[in-house]
Amino acid sequence: MGSMRHLSLHVPRGLRMPWHVRPGHAPASTCCTVALAGNPNTGKSTVFNALTGLGQHTGNWPGKTVVVAEGIYTHCGMTYRVVDLPGTYSLLATSPEEELARDFICFGAADATVVVTDATCLERNLNLVLQVMEITPRVVVCLNLMDEVSRKRISVDVDGLSSELGVPVVPTVARTGHGLRALMDTIANVASGRLATRPLRVTYSPEVEALVADIEPRLSAVMAEVAPTISPRWVALRLIDGDPGLVEAISERVNRQWPQDTRPRSAARSVAARSGIPA
Amino acid sequence: MNRMAARQFLDLVEAAREAGSKIPGDIRDLMVTRIYEVAGAICQKTVRRATEPTRDWDTRLDDILTSRLLGYPIMLALLGVVFWITLVGANVPSRFLGAALFWGQDRLLDLFSWAGAPSWLTGVVVMGAYRALAWVVSVMLPPMAIFFPCFALLEDLGYLPRVAFNLDAFFKRAGTHGKQALTMCMGFGCNAAGVVSCRVIDSPRERLIAILTNNFVPCNGRFPMLIAMAAMFFGAGLQSAAALSLLGAVLLGVAVTLGVSWVLSRSLLRGIASFFVLELPPYRKPQVIRVIVRSFLDRALFVLVRAATVAVPAGALTWILGNSMVRGASLLAHVAGFLEPFGRLIGLDGHVLTAFLLGLPANEIVIPILVMEYSGAGAMVDLGGLDALRGLLVSKGWTPLTAVCLILFSLLHYPCATTLWTIWRETRSAKWTAVAALLPLAVACVACFLAASAGRFLGAG
Repeated sequence: MGSMRHLSLHVPRGLRMPWHVRPGHAPASTCCTVALAGNPNTGKSTVFNALTGLGQHTGNWPGKTVVVAEGIYTHCGMTYRVVDLPGTYSLLATSPEEELARDFICFGAADATVVVTDATCLERNLNLVLQVMEITPRVVVCLNLMDEVSRKRISVDVDGLSSELGVPVVPTVARTGHGLRALMDTIANVASGRLATRPLRVTYSPEVEALVADIEPRLSAVMAEVAPTISPRWVALRLIDGDPGLVEAISERVNRQWPQDTRPRSAARSVAARSGIPA
Repeated sequence: MNRMAARQFLDLVEAAREAGSKIPGDIRDLMVTRIYEVAGAICQKTVRRATEPTRDWDTRLDDILTSRLLGYPIMLALLGVVFWITLVGANVPSRFLGAALFWGQDRLLDLFSWAGAPSWLTGVVVMGAYRALAWVVSVMLPPMAIFFPCFALLEDLGYLPRVAFNLDAFFKRAGTHGKQALTMCMGFGCNAAGVVSCRVIDSPRERLIAILTNNFVPCNGRFPMLIAMAAMFFGAGLQSAAALSLLGAVLLGVAVTLGVSWVLSRSLLRGIASFFVLELPPYRKPQVIRVIVRSFLDRALFVLVRAATVAVPAGALTWILGNSMVRGASLLAHVAGFLEPFGRLIGLDGHVLTAFLLGLPANEIVIPILVMEYSGAGAMVDLGGLDALRGLLVSKGWTPLTAVCLILFSLLHYPCATTLWTIWRETRSAKWTAVAALLPLAVACVACFLAASAGRFLGAG
């Protein structure tokens, strides 16, 4: 009976924008939200399909995923809700896709964010990885297209990359399904917190760092209340570079009185942990 | 608590912005540069390339596929081959399906007369709803089941972005965004999807142009009609001729897209083309079986089901209109009679225009409605496949010139109701939605009129 109800709540929600779908409908202990980010043409949609088996058609096509797709899969008894974000090169919110991807990573209350990368041109793809890592520590790097890496006679030091970045790196060939089990295991470990990440922190010029050191502690209290999953350091950086969209998005959340029962459960919990407010 | 937090936060925002603006240089650029540096340093340590990046086969292939000299011929040839495969392949199954479904119609008629059903019920259900459905299935399913997988394979291979690359120069010259080539390609699937995909264009002016002109490439719903027309009137046993005429129709659609974009960007929506970078994604080995199955299930069957759900009520409605007598003639005949003079002027007739009017919800049902109009109320016509349809149309005075005008009108006329609704949702403007409907209609009427006049002058009609 209980499992029936649980299933009916998790029908993929097609065309709805991800933040209209409140996570936490189901008991938080059985459902995790996984955001799938990545540059265009890294096989992100193929990874999505391979994970969820939703089997929507994927195209080799820039800007294809304007509409966000959602799917679910189960792994070791846990249900994972996967949100396929639009392919973007950065999170600077200069286009609707970038804004959507950034907002979901910030406010979607994802338990883990997978950044799918094209291993054949890692340098460009790492920009997005580093930007995502600035927002959230719960990052898994999916090193996709490993078959083309060997075809192009490139070698990638996966362990070295992982220790440089401080987050797990999983090599995959999503087209053949190679490495997906390891990816699911790693997602499970990062989402549950069993695998603690120590994401590389990009340090900026001394002037910027001095400002961040000043602003970040003062932000922490507010951020813990409205968006506990976002790194205050990243918000401080965005405040310094004067990102109006983000300020607006956060202000809106500050102003809105969230009724307790609709707040994402994981968010409510970590707020409770940090501020001592009973959830 | 929240009020205080909000206050605190906004003060902090202001302070941070002010402090940030005091740092010399564009601070965002500096941050991005720093991220690039770090990414570069990490790659230096972890990535080894065996040799200098060799010019491997895909770079060489790109040189050919997007070359100035060979790019366009290859593009046209590929499209032509896809059409040819579709026409050749669809012929036999279409005839077979037609025969089977109209055998079913006879059995249904037997059933109804055995049950003693009143003639109006037989008319609405069998002659109306069932016949429209049978036409949709037999005329549309085989070409769709071949065309969509072919197109999806090209897409999966990574060829479509090359098409966009090839066409970019044209769109730039028309004063629009190069990404319009992508939204146009999307329109081949479905104009409503094409209109939504125009979101990838950031400039409002260029996005509006892309939305307004998306309709000029034939979508799923209109392709089967074009294919049927080409096969019936230009094939004459030679499928390559039909494929060429279909190719010509598509090229004309692209040309009109460019022409109308050019006019719009120099009149209503003045401005210069903005710059963009199109990354050519690597070629990928397509997952052939999956692509074929998916494109058949997701596109062909999806379109078919949608067409069928519209065709059944439309078929019934058409039969009712065709059999409701008012002052000695059916309602349908009144409408068709009213539109007849204008229809003749542009090389069509009143019935065709009526079919297009009734087909506003979905272009897929124009042909079935036309068939019903021509044959529904009158004598039973043995309909099985394209040969029978051709016979019916010729008996109603159709010539190849009529077929040309129908292709032109179908290619260029107003988008379907779904697309119009999507345009309204995307633009939130009744004015631009009206333009999106009336502008193509005007273009279609002018094009048909010119073609009909030229044809008559040359003595073809």
